[in-house]
Amino acid sequence: MPTSKASILYLENVNVSFDGFRALNNLSLTVKPGEMRAIIGPNGAGKTTMMDVITGKTRPDNGRVLFDETVNLTRMDEAEIASLGIGRKFQKPTVFENQTVWDNLLLALKAGRRAWDTLFYRMSAKDKQEIEDILEIIRLGQVRDEISANLSHGQKQWLEIGMLLAQDPKLLLVDEPVAGMTDAETEETARLLRDIAQRHSVVVVEHDMAFVRDLDVQVTVLHEGSAIAEGTLDYVSADERVIEVYLGR
Amino acid sequence: MMTMKFIQGGFDRRAVVFLGLLFLIAAVVSFLNLAMEPGSTFHVSSYTVALIGKYLCYALLALSVDLVWGFCGVLSLGHAAFFALGGYAMGMYLMRQIGTRGVYGDPVLPDFMVFLNWKELPWFWYGFDQFWFAALMVLAVPGVLAFVFGWFAFRSRVTGVYLSIITQALTFALMLAFFRNDMGFGGNNGLTDFKDILGFDVQADSTRVGLLIASAVALAIGFIICKALVNSKFGKVLIAVRDAESRTRFLGYRPENYKLLVWTLSAMMAGVAGALYVPQVGIINPSEFTPANSIEAVIWVAVGGRGTLVGATIGAVLVNFGKTLFTGILPEFWLFALGGLFIAVTLFLPKGIMGAIDGYMAKRKAAKDSGPEAQPQEGD
Amino acid sequence: MARYLHSFVLFLALIWLIPGLAAPAHAADDDLRAKIDALASGGFSQTAKQIQDLAATGDDRVVPALQALLAGKLYFKKAGKQVFITEKASGGYALTDPLTGESAGTLARGALKKIRVNNRLRRELKAALGNLTLLSKVTAVRLKAAEAVFKSQDPDTLEALVSAISKETDDGVKKVLEQAHAAVLLKTDAAEADKIAALAVIEDRGDRDALSVVIATAAQAEGALKAAAEKTATSIRQNLELWGAAQNIWYGLSLGSVLLLAAIGLAITFGVMGVINMAHGEMVMIGAYVTFMVQEVIRTSMPGLFEYSLLISVPLAFLVAGAIGMAVERCIIRFLYGRPLETLLATWGLSLALQQAVRTIFGPSNREVGTPDYMSGAFELGHLTITYNRLWIIVFSLVVLFALMAVLKKTPLGLQMRAVTQNRRMAGAMGIRTNWVDAVTFGLGSGIAGIAGVALSQIDNVSPNLGQSYIIDSFMVVVFGGVGNLWGTLVGAMTLGVANKFLEPYAGAVLGKVLVLVFIILFIQKRPRGLFALKGRAIES
Repeated sequence: MPTSKASILYLENVNVSFDGFRALNNLSLTVKPGEMRAIIGPNGAGKTTMMDVITGKTRPDNGRVLFDETVNLTRMDEAEIASLGIGRKFQKPTVFENQTVWDNLLLALKAGRRAWDTLFYRMSAKDKQEIEDILEIIRLGQVRDEISANLSHGQKQWLEIGMLLAQDPKLLLVDEPVAGMTDAETEETARLLRDIAQRHSVVVVEHDMAFVRDLDVQVTVLHEGSAIAEGTLDYVSADERVIEVYLGR
Repeated sequence: MMTMKFIQGGFDRRAVVFLGLLFLIAAVVSFLNLAMEPGSTFHVSSYTVALIGKYLCYALLALSVDLVWGFCGVLSLGHAAFFALGGYAMGMYLMRQIGTRGVYGDPVLPDFMVFLNWKELPWFWYGFDQFWFAALMVLAVPGVLAFVFGWFAFRSRVTGVYLSIITQALTFALMLAFFRNDMGFGGNNGLTDFKDILGFDVQADSTRVGLLIASAVALAIGFIICKALVNSKFGKVLIAVRDAESRTRFLGYRPENYKLLVWTLSAMMAGVAGALYVPQVGIINPSEFTPANSIEAVIWVAVGGRGTLVGATIGAVLVNFGKTLFTGILPEFWLFALGGLFIAVTLFLPKGIMGAIDGYMAKRKAAKDSGPEAQPQEGD
Repeated sequence: MARYLHSFVLFLALIWLIPGLAAPAHAADDDLRAKIDALASGGFSQTAKQIQDLAATGDDRVVPALQALLAGKLYFKKAGKQVFITEKASGGYALTDPLTGESAGTLARGALKKIRVNNRLRRELKAALGNLTLLSKVTAVRLKAAEAVFKSQDPDTLEALVSAISKETDDGVKKVLEQAHAAVLLKTDAAEADKIAALAVIEDRGDRDALSVVIATAAQAEGALKAAAEKTATSIRQNLELWGAAQNIWYGLSLGSVLLLAAIGLAITFGVMGVINMAHGEMVMIGAYVTFMVQEVIRTSMPGLFEYSLLISVPLAFLVAGAIGMAVERCIIRFLYGRPLETLLATWGLSLALQQAVRTIFGPSNREVGTPDYMSGAFELGHLTITYNRLWIIVFSLVVLFALMAVLKKTPLGLQMRAVTQNRRMAGAMGIRTNWVDAVTFGLGSGIAGIAGVALSQIDNVSPNLGQSYIIDSFMVVVFGGVGNLWGTLVGAMTLGVANKFLEPYAGAVLGKVLVLVFIILFIQKRPRGLFALKGRAIES
């Protein structure tokens, strides 16, 4: 996805505190268009809070969050940001449990989001084909009419990635996509994400080092709410502070 | 065109069966009341006609509660307010129809205003001598109140129990207000002594049958609208909002708008139910606003099965039939029975009657398909 | 009031005893009676002499007779010339003995004759009465007389006032006498400077009566006096407004303490556990009925303990309501954790059943719960009237609140409670019996509701509906104050109480309540988590 812009996502000196606890501490981060970026860091490093700030769930105390270089995300709510083209997959798979796999994808599918649009929505052949394609990609074609609560943990993770695809966002935020997956599923997921990264900008938050290595992308290490290192996994693994954070204390 | 397709979306097999039954009941009861001689074994008394008409109004109220609770997750403890406001709008029309036949014979002022020494009609009573205006108000007053209330509540993301409690406070506040004489709605006694509606004597058998049929038609229309709504993609978004509100935001939906639309529609349905209820029972007073009434409507839905629409109407009729029986035989035990019902349903029948039937059917189907992977699913 | 009467009667009894020791009471009585009966004979001039005779006794027992004479109610029997105070009744006049105040039957109009007075006699009477009452040996009588003169502002009493002021020894009475003197002075044609000085004395008094005296003066006066009077009126008015506001705050705090009592238990069950207990009000109601039962038992078997009935009721109500609460938690609520809306419905059903149960056992009507002596009566603080029961309830509500805070903060139970609510699984893993903690926490909340019922039985009707009237209010308090924060509950309750009382004079009691409800509805929209909201990520989930 070649573009003249220097960044799709730009964070500058973002601070968030809860009751005196600084969840984000002067965090700055730049993600280039078309890039896939992995974010790692120990528990409590501020990874999820960062996602919350980008998607409008949490308002930062100060700092700038720009999407596509021009759009200020700090003033927008979740729905507005989602409509801009930022999709999010949650740490804990969050799908609509009481609805079928098909309906989950239908809800996510890029289409009018206003009440009026959904009230008189008729499924077109194109929409149908798109959902079929996604089912193919996430390998859930067999269970398309199953209530999603009945899916296995890994299937739910994939369904949520499928929903991200259906949204067709410019930027995907993926929070721990392989948590609780078997090794085979993890590998499969890495393949899926690399595939997605061909056409979208992606930010992945993950604990699993093997998985991050599999992704083979630039890594940012978060610690106590700040980015302490950035580069390839090998590069940051050699960084003194990163070693200290992960091993020492 | 679009609307037709939308409406068609509401007709599934269960809907057709329900509408057929509703039509049958209304037709048979009307026929047995009007065509059979009083004293004949087949004659249905006017009392029964009014009773069934009342049940149908309750069913419509239950339907409106189910729409917001069952599909949108908004547990309203304030639907009695919308019901009563619709009822008051109709009651005001009926009061204006009395004219000079009141005790004081004032052509314009209702009796209670003459009694309170009021010299002229308050502004908010203007227009209620016209049926079309009153009918409009039946929809508009609950609708506007719900819209304003919902606009504030949903936008600031008040959800769950908090929302329930402030809806309860809403109806409580309205009740206190309507108890006041100087509100201009008859205070304690409310509005009563109605004479005729659209020129027909409210006491006449034919009028009662007419009101019964009107209630059945209103219930049918309400049902079709609800059904079409929940079967559309809109309905799928609603359920998504109910189950995981914040997730829908990250998909770009605005749950508050969806809720607001359904909430307002639901309030208007409750208003219509109240408007049809008033001429059939002959009185509307502030006690209709009591929070207890709202919660009772919720339990009808719980008994019948929330989120099933048909179940809500069945629950309303069953519980009220039980109430009629009980209060006739053992009045002091009705509250024990109702209280027990609340507890029993939430503990042992969380999905209500229709939910239990659905579960049983699904189990049988699963057994027939012998699909070992399809296990019965517990609700959240 | 009853307390005052009590001590007053005691005081009177002592007063009666002292002269009784000095001389035989009968002789004095007979003497007085002869002097009163003498009024039955003679013309106006003789009557004047007789009045002076009576006044000269200095015995305030003659006051009723003189007052009746002034009011034209003193008659004598044509046969026997015995004098009585009369009151019109069916079939003639009801007679009262002028000395003892005992009823002496009814007599037809024709058998009686009125003792007539003219204007000169009236003046004579007023002066005599003024002297008698203002110089009475009993402080309370002097005070009452001084107050009466202040209200009547009768110029005829001026001399009596002056002599009374010079003889008065009690500071309080002297002050009122001076105020009365000032008020009377304003009615006379005294010098302007004296009148302006009198205004200052009246301003010092500062109540509604003072205001009306000053306003009346301003209406009649001219020039400097008028200006001074108007200025004084404004000053008194402002002062009164201040006291009015203070009284409102007091009423508000009193209402707030009631709300607080009703809400504290809810702050535990709803605020700490997150359980929506719609039967909370019924726990309060049960507490009130426990008080009723305790008093019944005391009344029938050991009346001497009545003064302690509330002290006995508090622990009992706590135990009864707490036990019911624990049973409810074990049988119903524990199956509904995590399903707040279902909990709401089930507990509502429970509240209906409990109400009906109480109605079946005790009947639907109000039950009388007695008030111990220390809870009745009132005292004055400046221009504030403070009733003992309200004062005790405020104190009691604060004691309950702080006791509960201490339990939560300082006891192992409190620690376990907080552990379970913050992380149930972790607490379980550490060996805390979470089920037991749930039951006890719920029992604690219910028990406190029961205690609230004991207090509310003193100010509200004890009926099966008692709880219902508090449930919405208490939820409002907890939600307004901020869930899970007892300080918030305190501030919420007091704010709502005071706001309610300040709105009442403008909007009326009902509309005031409606306005407060609307305000809370709007407030929750703005701050969904209440005044003292906890902030942070843990809240989100």
